[in-house]
Amino acid sequence: MSAAVEITGLVKRFGAVTAVDGLDLKMPRAGLLALLGPNGAGKTTTVEICEGFLRPDTGTVRVLGLDPARDGAALRPRIGVMPQGGGAYPGVRAEEMLRLVAACAATPLDPAWLLDVLGLASARRTPFKRLSGGQQQRLSLACALVGRPELVFLDEPTAGMDPQARRLVWDLLAALRADGVSVLLTTHLMEEAETLADEVVIVDGGRVIAQGSPSALTAEHAEDAQLRFKARPGLNTDLLSAALPEGYLVRESSPGAYRVAGLVNPQVVSTVTAWCAQQGVLAEELHVGKRDLEEVFLELTGRELRT
Amino acid sequence: MTATGTRFEPGTFTPAPGAGRYGRMLLTHARIETSLTLRHGEQILLTLLIPLALLVGLSLLDFLPTGELGSLSRVDWVTPRILALAVLSSAFTGQAIALGFDRRYGVLKRLSATALPRWLLVAGRLVAALVVVLLQVVVLGIVAALLRWSPSGAGIGAAIVLLVLGTLAFGALGVLLGGALRAEAVLALANIVWFVLLLAGGILMAPSSLPGVLGDLVALLPSGALAEGLRAALVDGMFAWDALATLAVWAVAAGAIATRTTKLT
Repeated sequence: MSAAVEITGLVKRFGAVTAVDGLDLKMPRAGLLALLGPNGAGKTTTVEICEGFLRPDTGTVRVLGLDPARDGAALRPRIGVMPQGGGAYPGVRAEEMLRLVAACAATPLDPAWLLDVLGLASARRTPFKRLSGGQQQRLSLACALVGRPELVFLDEPTAGMDPQARRLVWDLLAALRADGVSVLLTTHLMEEAETLADEVVIVDGGRVIAQGSPSALTAEHAEDAQLRFKARPGLNTDLLSAALPEGYLVRESSPGAYRVAGLVNPQVVSTVTAWCAQQGVLAEELHVGKRDLEEVFLELTGRELRT
Repeated sequence: MTATGTRFEPGTFTPAPGAGRYGRMLLTHARIETSLTLRHGEQILLTLLIPLALLVGLSLLDFLPTGELGSLSRVDWVTPRILALAVLSSAFTGQAIALGFDRRYGVLKRLSATALPRWLLVAGRLVAALVVVLLQVVVLGIVAALLRWSPSGAGIGAAIVLLVLGTLAFGALGVLLGGALRAEAVLALANIVWFVLLLAGGILMAPSSLPGVLGDLVALLPSGALAEGLRAALVDGMFAWDALATLAVWAVAAGAIATRTTKLT
């Protein structure tokens, strides 16, 4: 069986801007792949090429073994798409829109049931433009799923959702995966990728810069296990570094959040807590462990805000 | 895993892909497009209330833009021209504005990501446009009849052909405009074109009443051709082949350009 998605040497330019710059990606069937990357990394462009909305400049893209640019008519009934920012008639009622998309499929899910599980039952007669951002997102997700697709593309599916809705969607994505649906999603939420994904692909500057399972990515530099703690902002980290053996570096990664880089052993923990006690500071949420996905991501893509 | 685990039965989402039946897709799509038009207050104002007001006003009051009535009653002179206005209003202006905003809200992209083929996307809109024109003609026809409109029976068939072709021509022009520009620009331009064609495009003023070569040019506009064609059909019972040919050229040309220029978002 062909892969769910197979991309080789994909390049896409918009005028002088190269949005995708030699991207390779292979996603097996019935898995959940999360595409991570800073804004402008080329995630949406890549997904839109897979959906057949854009044509690649060079490179090959195969989705379920088909070329989305050429075999779109054969491909579209098999995939579900949730475009970024949704999509519906401004005046259409939520249920009408979902029924229209359902009518395009051979054996759709029951639209009324789907609205209900997505918490949209009370909004089914509400015009699209009057739905909240999170409701529009949930309707858009329903539209992507209603046709019982083999493969779904979800561009930032939980953007704008409250935590309850987000957890509901995570449950749903886990159920999709368990039922054998292939899922490719883009996200800015590391927790989302870490919780759900079999495979995480980090994209920057239009190329893949790292990929692997969440645990493999975070374990890659296991020797860099870190000690993290919280305390009042503005502690003198130079003094703490001096108190530690040579080679240890202390940084205040965000106000009040401190990180000690270097091999963590009982001695180091003891030194840090003793130093804090000396300063009359209570070290809270003291945590020793490997890096989380967010740290890996920031390390790979840089900490600076891009302009 | 944060999943509660029991929210979804296993097998709920087991893939069963495939395209729906064309008939059902077309019916659902056309029905939504039609009801969106009929639900929209500004669309009703544009497609029904303004033509109705003009029909009644011009039939009862004596401020016709032309004095060349001859033996014709005012309502017989006005009604064919108001029917042309109705087509201009719904198939062109209403269609263009709706498409401009539909694109902004991403519905074209949403629908083109489904199994709905592109031709069906156009066909659904087209059927909806024809249904709306049919409703307009019925309502305007009833009101005109109450005002003692007596159309030529021999021209009814010709009028139907002209109304359908006029809907296609104006619809294609509406898609051309609504599919190319930003929603606000579409809104402004579609209303300006409506107003200009109403006053100077052969609808309220017969092309023959315009000076010199201007009258010949106006007769070549889709508005002039439709109004004159409907007048020939409903007043004289004649089939105006030149009007029909003019509308066909507009429909084909605008349709051909629109298929190249229409953007999804």
